[in-house]
Amino acid sequence: MENLILYSVVTVLLVFSMIRDRAKTKKALMKGLKAFEGILSQFLIVLMLVAIVLAVFDPATISRLLGAGSGFMGIMIAALVGAISLIPGFVAFPAAAELLRNGAGVTQIAAFVSSLMMVGIVTLPLEIRYFGKKAAIGRNTLAFAFSIVAALFVGWMVAR
Amino acid sequence: MTLRSLLKKYRVTLMMVVIFVAFLFLFPSKAARAEKSLFDQLRTMFLVMPPIFVLLGLLDVWVPREMLIRYMGKGSGLKGTSLGIVLGAVAAGPLYAAFPVAAVLMDKGASFMNVLVFIGAWSTLKIPMFLFEMQSLGARFAVARFLVDVPGIFLIAFILNKLLTAEDVEKIYSASHNAK
Repeated sequence: MENLILYSVVTVLLVFSMIRDRAKTKKALMKGLKAFEGILSQFLIVLMLVAIVLAVFDPATISRLLGAGSGFMGIMIAALVGAISLIPGFVAFPAAAELLRNGAGVTQIAAFVSSLMMVGIVTLPLEIRYFGKKAAIGRNTLAFAFSIVAALFVGWMVAR
Repeated sequence: MTLRSLLKKYRVTLMMVVIFVAFLFLFPSKAARAEKSLFDQLRTMFLVMPPIFVLLGLLDVWVPREMLIRYMGKGSGLKGTSLGIVLGAVAAGPLYAAFPVAAVLMDKGASFMNVLVFIGAWSTLKIPMFLFEMQSLGARFAVARFLVDVPGIFLIAFILNKLLTAEDVEKIYSASHNAK
């Protein structure tokens, strides 16, 4: 669904651009292609790294670490697992819901979801390439700390 | 591009391929999961990235620098920040897809604060994701997270903006120009 919208919007814009100016459109496509090729090698590295990490952290391992009784330590582990993994939301949300049904704590799951979306350890090399070391590491550190705060808030709100 | 320069560019990638294949052989019990997740992600990447990069090219060619500075540059105020949030929230794709978009925004003269807000919104305020989160984890969970995320995005952007010197930001901007 998300992709359908994305493709429709881009197609409409592309057709529009084509009608207005063919040469400019060609230039735009070449620029896009060049930018894509420029980053492709790093993307492929990251994807393989992520595949290995995900294979090591299987759902059984994750659920053992994130039990409701795991307390603050569990929250930290959840945030850490989220920071390392790179699972698309469409896979992560049902998985998180499954974990909740199997006795994982709301706060732990919130920490996992938040840091999963905001922190990216494995994609850090990519981020550094665009933002430099200081900004990339700074953003990830702040986002990690914030994930813990957000999780405590969500846990409190849901429990009320 | 010659074969030689191609090899040089993809040297680390090839090394990673070797490591990945070695992993498959060393841990046969994990191999199926690793393979599946690699192919799933490759599919996502080749599905999401082409339109994003076409969009980038179009943005680059059609949106004049002066216009983007007016809307998202320094002094664009609330308008620029809101635009950063909206652009991020309607986006599709994983966070790493936001970085090249951010590079074009910076190259076109968007202020660093607005770019940081854009990255924050892309990471966690995406509307389609929010709807899906509500469906799977419940409205209370999703709404609570949304409510705390909005100030959080500003807080992170604000602190990061303060943390970096003008020189740091200058360097990031010139790198974003070269990355294109």
